[in-house]
Formats: sequence, C-alpha cells, structure tokens
Amino acid sequence: MSLVQIKGVGATNAASEPAAPEYWRSLDQLADTPEFQQWVHREFPDDAVAVLDGASRRSMLKIMAASFGLAGLAACRRPELRMAPQARGREDYVPGSPYNYTSAFALGGHAAGLVVQTYEGRPSKIEGNPDHPSSLGAATALAQASVLGVYDPDRSKMVMEGGKESTWEKFEAALKTLSLGDGSGLRFLSGTVISPTLESQRAEALKKFPKAKWVEYESIARDNERAGAMLAFGQAVDVHPQFDKAKVILSLDFDFLGNDWPTPLATKLFSKNRHVDSEEDLEKISRLYVVESQFSLTGANAEHRLRMRGADVQQFAADLAGALNAAPSGNDRRAKFLAAVAADLKAAGKEALVVAGPRQPAVVHALAHQINQALGAAGETVTFTKPATTDRVESGVDALKTLTGEMTGGQVSTLIILGANPAYTAPADLQFGAALAKVANSIHLGAENDETAAAAKWHLPEAHFLEAWGDARSIDGVAAIQQPMIEPIFGGKSAIEVMALVLDSKDKKGYDLVKSFWTSQWPAAGQDNTWKKALNDGIVAGTKSAEVKPAVDSKRIQAAPVAAASGIEVGFLPSATTWDGRFANNAWMQEAPDPITKLVWGNVVLVSPAMARERNLKDGDMVALTRGNLKLEAAVMTQPGHAANAVSIALGYGRPRSGTVGTDVGFNAGLIRTSDGFWFGQGFSMAPTGAKHILANTQEHGSMEEPQLLASIKPHHRPLVRETTIEEYKKNAKIIEEMNEVPELDSIYPQRTWEGLQWGMAIDLGACTGCNACVVACQAENNVPVVGKDQVLRGREMHWIRMDRYYVGSVDDPRAVEQPIPCMQCENAPCENVCPVQATTHSPEGLNDMAYNRCVGTRYCANNCPYKVRHFNFLDWHKNFLERRRIEPELMSMVYNPDVTVRMRGIMEKCTYCVQRIQEARISTKTDGRKEFTGEGVLTACQQTCPADAIAFGNINDPNSKVAKLKKQERNYAMLAELDVRPRTTYLGRLRNPNPDLEAS
Amino acid sequence: MAAIFPKSSDIILKVLGAVIGLGAVSTIGAYVYFSYPTVIDTGYQPEQPVAYSHKLHAGQLGLNCFYCHYTVYRGAYAAIPGTEICMGCHQKVKDKSPRLEMVRQSYETGEAIPWKKIHVLPDYVYFNHRAHVTAGVSCVSCHGRIDQMVEVRQEKPLNMAMCLECHRDPAPNVRPAELVTQLDWVPDRDPREIGREIVAQKHLNPPTNCSGCHR
Amino acid sequence: MSSVVQDPQLLELNPPLVQGTGDLHDLTDQISSVVEAQVFETPLKYWITLACTASIVLLLGAMLTYLVNTGIGVWGNNRPVGWAWDITNFVFWIGIGHAGTLISAILFLFRQKWRTSINRSAEAMTLFAVMCAGIFPLFHTGRPWRAFYWLFPIPNTDLNLWQNFRSPLIWDVFAVSTYFTVSLLFWFTGLVPDLATLRDRATTKVRQVVFGLLSLGWRGSARHWRHYEQAYLILAGISTPLVLSVHSVVSFDFATSVIPGWHTTIFPPYFVAGAIFSGFACVMTLLLIARWTLNLQNLITIKHLDNMNKIILVTGSIVGYAYCTEFFIAWYSGSIYERFTFLNRAFGPYWWAAWSMYTCNVFIPQLYWFRKMRTNLWVMFIISITTNIGMWFERFVIIATSLTRDFLPSSWGYFSPTWVDICTFIGTIGLFLTMFLLFARFLPMIAISEVKGVASHEKHAFAGQEGKVSHR
Repeated sequence: MSLVQIKGVGATNAASEPAAPEYWRSLDQLADTPEFQQWVHREFPDDAVAVLDGASRRSMLKIMAASFGLAGLAACRRPELRMAPQARGREDYVPGSPYNYTSAFALGGHAAGLVVQTYEGRPSKIEGNPDHPSSLGAATALAQASVLGVYDPDRSKMVMEGGKESTWEKFEAALKTLSLGDGSGLRFLSGTVISPTLESQRAEALKKFPKAKWVEYESIARDNERAGAMLAFGQAVDVHPQFDKAKVILSLDFDFLGNDWPTPLATKLFSKNRHVDSEEDLEKISRLYVVESQFSLTGANAEHRLRMRGADVQQFAADLAGALNAAPSGNDRRAKFLAAVAADLKAAGKEALVVAGPRQPAVVHALAHQINQALGAAGETVTFTKPATTDRVESGVDALKTLTGEMTGGQVSTLIILGANPAYTAPADLQFGAALAKVANSIHLGAENDETAAAAKWHLPEAHFLEAWGDARSIDGVAAIQQPMIEPIFGGKSAIEVMALVLDSKDKKGYDLVKSFWTSQWPAAGQDNTWKKALNDGIVAGTKSAEVKPAVDSKRIQAAPVAAASGIEVGFLPSATTWDGRFANNAWMQEAPDPITKLVWGNVVLVSPAMARERNLKDGDMVALTRGNLKLEAAVMTQPGHAANAVSIALGYGRPRSGTVGTDVGFNAGLIRTSDGFWFGQGFSMAPTGAKHILANTQEHGSMEEPQLLASIKPHHRPLVRETTIEEYKKNAKIIEEMNEVPELDSIYPQRTWEGLQWGMAIDLGACTGCNACVVACQAENNVPVVGKDQVLRGREMHWIRMDRYYVGSVDDPRAVEQPIPCMQCENAPCENVCPVQATTHSPEGLNDMAYNRCVGTRYCANNCPYKVRHFNFLDWHKNFLERRRIEPELMSMVYNPDVTVRMRGIMEKCTYCVQRIQEARISTKTDGRKEFTGEGVLTACQQTCPADAIAFGNINDPNSKVAKLKKQERNYAMLAELDVRPRTTYLGRLRNPNPDLEAS
Repeated sequence: MAAIFPKSSDIILKVLGAVIGLGAVSTIGAYVYFSYPTVIDTGYQPEQPVAYSHKLHAGQLGLNCFYCHYTVYRGAYAAIPGTEICMGCHQKVKDKSPRLEMVRQSYETGEAIPWKKIHVLPDYVYFNHRAHVTAGVSCVSCHGRIDQMVEVRQEKPLNMAMCLECHRDPAPNVRPAELVTQLDWVPDRDPREIGREIVAQKHLNPPTNCSGCHR
Repeated sequence: MSSVVQDPQLLELNPPLVQGTGDLHDLTDQISSVVEAQVFETPLKYWITLACTASIVLLLGAMLTYLVNTGIGVWGNNRPVGWAWDITNFVFWIGIGHAGTLISAILFLFRQKWRTSINRSAEAMTLFAVMCAGIFPLFHTGRPWRAFYWLFPIPNTDLNLWQNFRSPLIWDVFAVSTYFTVSLLFWFTGLVPDLATLRDRATTKVRQVVFGLLSLGWRGSARHWRHYEQAYLILAGISTPLVLSVHSVVSFDFATSVIPGWHTTIFPPYFVAGAIFSGFACVMTLLLIARWTLNLQNLITIKHLDNMNKIILVTGSIVGYAYCTEFFIAWYSGSIYERFTFLNRAFGPYWWAAWSMYTCNVFIPQLYWFRKMRTNLWVMFIISITTNIGMWFERFVIIATSLTRDFLPSSWGYFSPTWVDICTFIGTIGLFLTMFLLFARFLPMIAISEVKGVASHEKHAFAGQEGKVSHR
C-alpha cells in the first residue's frame, strides 16, 4: 500500500516507511524545478489544472526512477512499527472506535446541524443531525465535503503583516496601539452573521464604539428575501415555505432543491409527498411549476418549466397576480403556461404555494407573498417567524457600496473583515481591492491567504469550523452549538475569539465565550445540564423563533418596469461545487460533477442550443462577454433548456489567489458582476475569441435515445430511467415494468436460492432530486480518490456512486431525469466469473465482495460490467493527489476512514454497500448479548445522507423492511433485467403529476 | 569421423540435466516457502524499550490479560495500556527501580513509551478482538503462551490460512467466554466437544467470504 | 542425374517444388552456407537491419519498465475501455502464430509436399509470435508483480486460495503456455537432423560442440530416423487440435461475456479462420523478404506462394462471411443493444477502423481469384501487409469499439492511444523481427532433410517422365 492507513492502535500508529518511499519523495521534489513546471505548461497550454496533473509529471519521475527500481527491494525487510499509547488516556477511551459529536455548519445565512464522526480525535465523516430542524438527518454535498478542508495544507497558517510573516502576539500588541475612540473610523465587515455569540459581541462592539458600523455582505445571501418581506409586510419576518403541505407549487426562479437553499430542509420537505407507498399517496404527489432562465435542479424536477430571462420573471409574477382575478388572454406558450398556472393555483387555494428565488428582486418576493395571501395559502403552506435578531446592521450589496465609498473617501481608518473575502466576491464596479488599500489599518481574518489577505495590512488565519467553538442559528431561529473536533492544526482563531481581542484585548478561548454567552441566557439553576443537553442534542432548547401572521399591504407593491431586452442577459449562479468560491480549494467538490451540466474542475458560460446554433458555438469555444469596460473571456457550453436570449455562469471559479487545487480553475464571473447587475447583468455582447478550452465532462452522451447513425433507421429509446404520469399509472400499474419486455430467462445452471439475511437496495427515482449529496458522502466514507481534470478527461473518475442525468424531449426545452448508479450487486454477477484470481466473489448475504489485495488488475470485470460501476486505479491516485497539493501523507491520511482499505495503484474498486458498516453493526449486535443479526439499523453512507430519503437499503428477505416493501411495488424495476444478472439494486419508476392542459400543448 | 564427445559425456549430460532441473525446482520451492509469513513472521521478537516481562506479570503474578488490555471486550483493538496503568501499581511497587525509569518519565511528561509492534496484520485485514473474545476465542489461539514469555514473540503465522482454518471449523478454538484469558486452561474433556456445544449454543457462524475480513 | 530433360508442358501444369540443379549436396551447401558464413561474409545490410530491430527491442524494455513503475495510466485505457491496444496486440500476435502450426502440422498430416520449404520458418515464426503475445496478458495487469504467480495454479498454503477456473483468462494461461511448449518441441524435433548435418559440416571446435550438444547425438541411423518420424508424427498429431483450440479459447474471453459485440457464439471458428488468415499473410511477408535477401528462389518457388495465396483467399472469405453473419445475427437477435453496437461499429465514431478492416480483410484478398495476382510477387507482398493491418484492426474493432458504447449511454466513452501504447506495440514488432533475423542467420531456415526428400522424389518422378517422352 502506498499510504500507510492509520489504524488507531493506541493513540497513533504511523508505521515508519521503508527506505524506498523516501527516495521517491526526494525525486519528486526534484521535479518541482521551474524548468519542469514550464515543461508541464507546454504540455497543457490552455489548462491550468494540468500543472497539478499527476500523470505527465509522474511519467517524467518514473522514467528517471526506473533505474532506481531496485531501491524498492528495501521494502522486503519487515518494517519496524511502533505503538504509542496515550501516557495519560481519557478514561474508558477505546482506540480505533469512532466517536460522534454534534456541531453546526453555516452557509449563506442558513445553518445545518451536523453529527461528526471522529477517529482518535480526527474528524473523518460528516452526517446530518436528525434532531436539527434544518438537517433532519441529512447533509448537503458541501457540508459533507467541508471535512476535507480541515486537512487542507493550503489553508492560511501564518499571521501576516503587510505580506510578511508575523505572530499573534505582534498582532495583539498592534491592536492595542490602535486608537479606536468612539469608532467613527471603525468598520466591521462580515458575512451574514447567524451566530448568537457573535451577535452579542457585535451589539457590545456597537455599544462600545457608537459611531462604528457593521456591514454584512455575502456574494450569495438572503438579502432580497428579507427586503421582499419588508416590502410586503412592512416588517422584518423570516419566510418558511412548507413544501410538504403544498399541492401546487410555483417557483419563480427559486432553485430550492439546488443551489438556492444550502441546507437539506427544502429537499426533505419537498420529497416528503413524492414517496408513494400506497394508493392514497398517489394523490399526495405535488405539482411543481418552475419559471427560470438557467436549467436548475429544481427545473429538472418540475412537472412544467417555462424558460425566460431572469429579468422577465418579475413581469411574469405581476401578470400572475393579475391573472388570479382575470383569466389572461394570448396564445403563445407563456400565456398558456400563465393561464394554466393561475387556474391550477386558484383550484389548489390554500394548498397552493408561490415562492421566489433569492436572485429575484424584492418586489418579486413581495408579489409572491401577495399571491399567497390572495390564495389563502399564507400561514398554511408558507409560515412566518420573527427574525431572532433585529440589530441594526446594513447588509447586502448596497451596504457594501456605501462602505467602499467611505473607504475610498478615507473616512475609514480601521476595517476589520471577519471571515469574508470581499476582494474576490465584491462586484467589479466597487473596486474593493483599491478601496481597501486606502484603509490605514485593515485586518482580515480568513481561512485562506486569499485575494483579500493579499490586499489587507493584517491577515489572521481563521480556524476551520470543525476546529473552533461557536454557534449558529437556523432560519427558524433554532440555535446549535458548533463543537470543535480537533485543535486548530495551523493555529487559527475563530471570529468570536478575534472579536474578543478587539473588544477587551483579551485572548479568550472560544469555549468560554460560547459557554458564558449561553449560560447567561439561562436561569442559574441547572445551567450545566442545559449546556450538556445542548451539546448532546445539537440544538439549544427554546430558541425557536415565535411565529407571526403578518398581512400583505398590496399598495406598497408595484412591479418596477422591466428593463427592455437589450443585448444578452448574463445570469450569475451560485456554484453547486464551490458555492461563492470558498470551496474552490476543496478537491472533492471540484471533482463532484455539477448536477445538471456534469462538468467538473471548472465553470462555463451556459448558452441555449438556439443561441449556439445562431452563433455557431461549439462546447469549449472561448467567448468574450463585454459591456463597457467590463470583459470576461470564458468557454461556452450548450445547456439544453436554457432561456433563449440569456446566458448563465456560475460564481466561485477563476480564483486568482487560492490553494494549489483551486487557483485559476474555471473563469471568474465576478469580473463582469456589478452592483446594479448583481444577479442579472443586462445588455452584454458576446463574441467568440477563436480560442478553445478543454472542458472536463463526466457524461458525454446526455440522452437515452441512441445517436442517429443511419437516416433510415430509427434510434431506440433505452428503458433505463423509467417514468410515467400518475394517470397512466392508475390506468395500468404494470406500465413501468412493461417498458422493457424481458424474454423468458432460464439458465442451464440451477438458480441459487437466497435464504436468510440478504442485502438489497431500492432507489426511488420519484423522490431523488439529483443533488450530489450521496456522491460526496460515498467519497468521504469509502476513501474514494480524486483524480484531477486531466484524468477525468481520460474518463477515469472514481466515484463509486455516480449521478446519471438524461434529457428527455426536445433539445431546446427538455426535461431532465437523474439516476444514481451504485454497484448493482448482481446475483449472477458477470464480473465474478471472469476474475481469474477470485478477487471479487459473492458473499452468502448477496454482496458482491471485493478483496482488494487479491486483485491483479486485469480489468476484465470492469469490461464485463453492464452498468460500468467498477473503477480502476490507473495510477496511484492518492499519491498523485498528495503530490499535487504537496501534502505529507501523514496530514492527508487523517481524513481517511480507517475502516476502509485505501486502494493502491493497479487494482479495481467499487461500491460494496458500505460493507464496513454492515460488519460493524453485525459485530456490535452479536457481541451485545449474542443476539441474532437481522440487518436492522445498517445505513449505507449514500442512504444516510440522502436529503430526499430516496434510497432504501436492508434485508430483502424481511417482509417488514422498507426495502422489501418498496421492491414489492409495481413500479419497482431492474435495469437491464433481460441480461439475467439479477441486480440487487433496483429502481422505482418516477411518477409525474403533469397538468393535463399543458401536457396537451 | 572422430567422435566429438567422449563416451562418458552421455552420462555427464544426463546427470547435468538432472542437477539443473532439480536445482531450478528447489530454488523456486525455497523462494515460495521462505516468503510465507509462517516462516518470515513467526519468531519475530524485537527488544522493547522497557524490559517488561509478561512471564512475571501475567504468569507468576497472575495478572489477567484484561487488566491491562482492557479494551478487548469493547473495541476492535486490544489497546496497549497507557503509562498510568503501569503506574497504578508501580507508584508503590518498585517505585525506585532504574528499569522503570522510562515509565516514570513518560508518566511525568506524558510522552508515550514507543513500544514495538509485534503482532501485525496488513492494512487490508480487519480483525476485531471484541468479536472473537466474546465468541470465546482465547488469546492463546493467536498469541500463544504469552504468560510464559519474558519478551513477547510472535508464535503463530497469523496468515490467511490460519484464519480460514478456524473460521471453517471454530470448534477447536472456542471455550467458555470467561476462560478466554486463562492461557493455561486444560479442559476436563475433549475441547472440540466443548467447542461444538458453544458454537451451537451461541450459533457462531464465522464468515469465510472475503468481506468478512477485507473491506 | 542432373541432366534430366524436362517436358515444358508438364512443368507448366505441375512445376517442381524444388528447382535448380537438384543436386542434393548443392541444397545442403546452399542452406548451410547461410549459417556457416563468417561474420563478414554475411551481407552488411543484415547486420544493419539487426541493429535497428534490436534497438526497437530496447524501446520495448523501456516502455514496459515505465509501465510497471507508473501504472496502466500511461496507456490510453479508461472507463469504459478497460482493454484496448494491450489485448488487441495479444490476440493479433497469437493469431499470427497459427499459420506456423497449421503449415507444419496439418499440412504434414495431409502429406502436402509443398510445405517443406516453408514449414521451418513458419514454425519459428509461431514461437516468436507467441512470445510477443505472451508479453501482453502479463503486463496489461495492474499489478504484474502479483499476476505472474497468482495467475498460475501454484498451490499456496499461505492464503488457501486457488484461481478462478471459470475465468476465460485462466483458460488463456493454459492454452497459450501449452501452445508454446508443443510448438517449441515440434520445431526443435524437426531441427535435430539438420543440426546434426551442421555439426558434421562444422569446421571449428566450438561449432562442433554447440551443434553437437543441440543435435542430441543424432547419427542418422535408420533407427534414429524411425523414432524421429514417429515423434514428428505424434507431435504433429498433438499440435493439430491446438490450431483450433488456442484461438477458440482466446475467443472465449469475449464470447463468454455479456457485452454486445463480444457476446457472440460464432467467435471460435471466426477467430480461428482469422488467425490462419493473418498467420499466412505474415509468413508470406517474411518468406518474400527472405527469398529476396537470401536468394532462395529455387527453394521457395512461385508454386509455394501460389498455394499460400489460395489459402489466404479462402480464409479471407470465411472471415468476410463471419462479418456478414455478425450483422445478420445482430439484426435477428432483436436486442436493441446488439443492433446499435453493430451499427455503431460501421457508422459510429470508429467507422474508419471498421471500414479499413472490411477493406483489407474481405475486399482486397478477392484479387486472388486471378492467377496473375496470385503469382505476382509485388501484389502478394502488398496484400500480405494489408491483410496484417486489416487483422489488427479486426481485433481492435471487436475489443475496443464494442466497449466504448455499451448499455448505459451515461458511461459511453472514447479511446485514443498514448505514445506508450504505440511504442509498446512497435517494440513487440521489433522483438519479433529480431528473433526472426537471428533465427535466419544462425539456424537452418529451411528443413534440409525434408527438402532433400522432396527433391529426390521429384527427380525420380521426372526420370519416369523422361522415359515416356522417349517413347513418344
């Protein structure tokens, strides 16, 4: 094994490596000479990531190393391993066993409760906290991947003063010398603050420095939603759509199943009534209409979707408000759609729900509230709470604009930036970097030595949220304590600790700050128990905000005139992989395919097929988007179903200053993002530059239709993802099964019978929304390696569970279906009988086992796998990954799950239904009083984290198990059943609930 | 024409052929044989930083294995005891002994004692002490008579064949759970019988498929 | 005897297999001279060629070292294309080998006299081809250092594990190793009398000893000849089924799978025919070169070449028939995946590979219906080359392009080779040529004893004709 996997014998058990690896490492360093880097550049001129490319670099190395091959013989000697038991251990501490702690993950004004699994004090896996109202046991892909950030060696390690290394002591000294006075020259800049402790510190600060200002700015925040509520109700309220209570939902450019809602809550609620277990459930299935410009995940899950420019959504909302009273006229698609939606909403009455997206201006949100109220849905399908905090803070892009004004004006002497990166995320027209240079004392606390750090006078390393105490409040006010799992590896501090320094120049520990804040909230009696309970449950009791029933004041709402369609509209999207850029250096996210485009390691300008045809653009063509002095050169990609005269580009890429993984990956949309066109920039012109860019896409063919090869022969539709409408299903429940006629299957061999405990999985395509949570969860659980862009281009990505996306219907306006594909664990597994060395065999419980160390890597099994779920280690991925990031194995291997083998180069790997979890469960049940193991309580990683609860796993021979019940349903089908491989993973056909009026058109 | 080879060459050639053939076979045989853990691993007996005698503690003083390796019933690993466990006694007993210098130091500083690892399983093997001990597999089955070793050495090969042998027929190696740490236990009747009864009563069915131990 | 008047008409109908003076001693001289020549006597071009091919062998070594050190990733293989040039080359080389066994064994059993001049080199070619082939199954594995002993059923008391005897790859291991062993024995047995001849002609002590050892004390006594004939017959009998079995087993690698384009029951006969086809083409190429460079026109006559071309025509047509059958079955099967695979083969992204295969293997050999073409050296040389190209493409089309687009469109891909793929293949060609050149220089390339047999026999035949002529 190339990496010594840390198994927790005693506290640590790092085996001393034999001499040979040392040798290699020194050779590798040899390869980091400038000449060599240039050579790599020549190899991949238009591909910055390739600088990190393993293959080309290693090839050089190995050529050099070939002659040293014999050095490896040193490994034949038995290496001497040491064990270092804790001299003074924790009492009752069992080495090698996982310990779980609750914590909280804050993103974009939302917070989700987590349960973090640690081994020997190393966080290795993140799950959702079942008790937390915004998690309900699930965790998003970003939350899952954030654990990798703890071990990111590119994180900021040093206090920097003016670009030179400094220390915390020096900073504290310097801080004392600052004369802040009444704070007239003092400004704070932070992201959306949802930490009660920090809020109290803020209040304190604004009391101590009355003239000081605190500005909240985030690239992706809920400002419009707040403003919309204010506009509609005249008071600040938090809005809670109850997607599970609604029968008809209209989303006005609200990607609540995807990027616009960074916690699992929305998906949890929405998917609730997409689970069909009985006849009655058929009636529960809601109907989702989506109006949007880009093809979002929510759009993919919609029954009906209307494409339009982002700026036109406002007019649509206004028309809809009118249409509720007077049926609209007109005969084009928009009018038909509008009429149908209006009628449907009215029919649904208080079971209807209209929601507006955070990218839409306040007035659209207000209109949505108005419509909901008109329908009587307000208070039913959408509820409201008072904001937990009503501090006066200026937030949003306008506040930032004022601040930069003051900075350039020289009114700001001291600017304290807490955990934000405005130099990268601020709109281009604000020139934040330049303004920052004018501030005498700029202090930046950040996790990375990033764009802002470069411009600030002081840069302070921020502790990762799994390294520091803190707290976070979810949108309904429920607070959760953010517990650290490990001491700050690189000696960072959290925002509250820095604030403590600023306030009373004392170096307080985060633990004391958080605990003292909360205990001050509670009655003296039993404070400790309340505290313990809060830590244990992961939520602080009694913090839920009070519900209110505000009334819409329609007079205040007038739709502003919509900007005429001049030029091209550029829509800016949150990135599903890097969010606003803060996850750019997270390799797991960089390699997690975008749910719709399936693009990895980069972003693109998404154009509609029509536009691509007109302007004759091919995927990967570079174009220049220009308006005035704004200019962005980026690659285009055709996005079926995108609005015609608009383009979209994801934020969070093209970071000029990130780590070795994230720097200069993709294109920086921020270059053409302005404060007036913050979400939708109007009047852009687009021209091809003639250059080409290589796009790494994990799925080349996007349709279940075969490509047209001969004009005379009609291509077949392959019945892989199967779906039907409720009406059809009611008529004929067998319809899903009948989509593929399976011949009489008889084998010359007697069929094996499967008694006792037999594992199986059922995936409900009706519930699955196609978010990437399962993909990343699997990566974290099973030590799935990252391969890099160049290897993805060669088709060598390793995800054990992949999300297949197929478009259905016309290229211009298709629907999309998503299908998660793990190993099918076939009963007649074609991979097993072809393996010459029996490295993959069948377990008596129906698992398709992999014995990694027996594998010699003939790849025969992968060839013979009809589902192509086997993944081969073409190179030493883990070593590559480490070399790219110049990480010592000791640091990187801390994130590995010690219960799963780290696979070496040259062997095959695949999903095993998380067999390590099965074995752990078996051992604990059988050792606790020798009970018979019936398979209860085993969750696969993908199943546990699925926000839609689309994956059921368990004993298919136990009639009471959920999976057995699901497999009994008529809509249960096996993919490629005609091959008689008898997959244990089966799918439940998707049931859609389209509007008959629109279906016809 | 004159013969090129003398008459004897016929024999010589045959002998030569035989020798070469045998030589080749035996070399390969030797290579295969000596590369088995049975041969290269058993008998491994490194010198430990502290001259701790299991013979004295476990044997003569009769300390239960479980006293120090207290996690065997709870975790996958039979943890090496921390220094505080040693000091539990040695604060009183032999608290001046120079041989315990390192132990006392470690207790002061909190620095771990760098014990050398003897029983090593490969990274891709997942052995769980808890499962085996509760099933009634005695320490002695894999570690031998530790209570008779002054310095611990590896007795058994701990190779896959050894695991499989027991997993295919556990009876000879299981005993009443309370006796697992009694290394010198002598059953009054045929241990196989006892084993079979326990297997039946606890319905033990140790896995013989790959994922039983490899994940 | 040498003054035989030969009837031109008769010669026209049935030209002798051995031409020239027909003096048996001359034959021996001619063949042995190549082997006995001093270094400087051998034409310089030979040494130059040898140097070139040998350096290519070094390239092969470098490529394999690089491969083992770095991983399969240095090749173009990917997901879904797990096998590409590696296994393509394996099947290609194994196929080449078949002609040797066919010529020496089957034609021998059928008492085809014309084989005598070519069987020796054909057998040698078989050996070298199988060597080249053997490289790939071992080195295409991710961990060859394990594969080389885990693929063989060596009893291991350490793991208590056996191989999976259901896996066609294990069958391959047995099939190929058996094939190599038998071919080697067969080839060497045939060599023994000639080695003895060389020993007796040897002028230096060293040659005497070396050839003396190799010829295993052959004295050419009647008893020796009787044993020799029997052994040869038996070996021929043993290797005959191998001609059919080996490539059938190789074809099982694909036929037993579930992948459309692989899962095809006609593979065994289809592969065997293809193998003989490509094998003969390769023999043809080598013989023509040898014929020119070593001036063996009188031993390797147009008649030999004509006969071989007829076989090439037949096997080529069989292969063509197999292609048609594949398409028919794909259509007839009713499986949408099968249908698509074969459409995709001909009109998909790899159309060029498929069509060069059809052209080279089916269309071009049809020229051999005309005697003029069969007897034109240039034509047959070119066709022998195109055939080999075509047959390589056949394997590539079957193996790689079937994999690129199978059941799930989501996991479709495309394969393009890396420079390592290419250099490795070139390297094996270099190995093959080097071995053959060494053989041609240091061992009798033509079975002296057998050729003599034919020559003398023919002499008597023509002597009889002479009588008839005189009566007329």
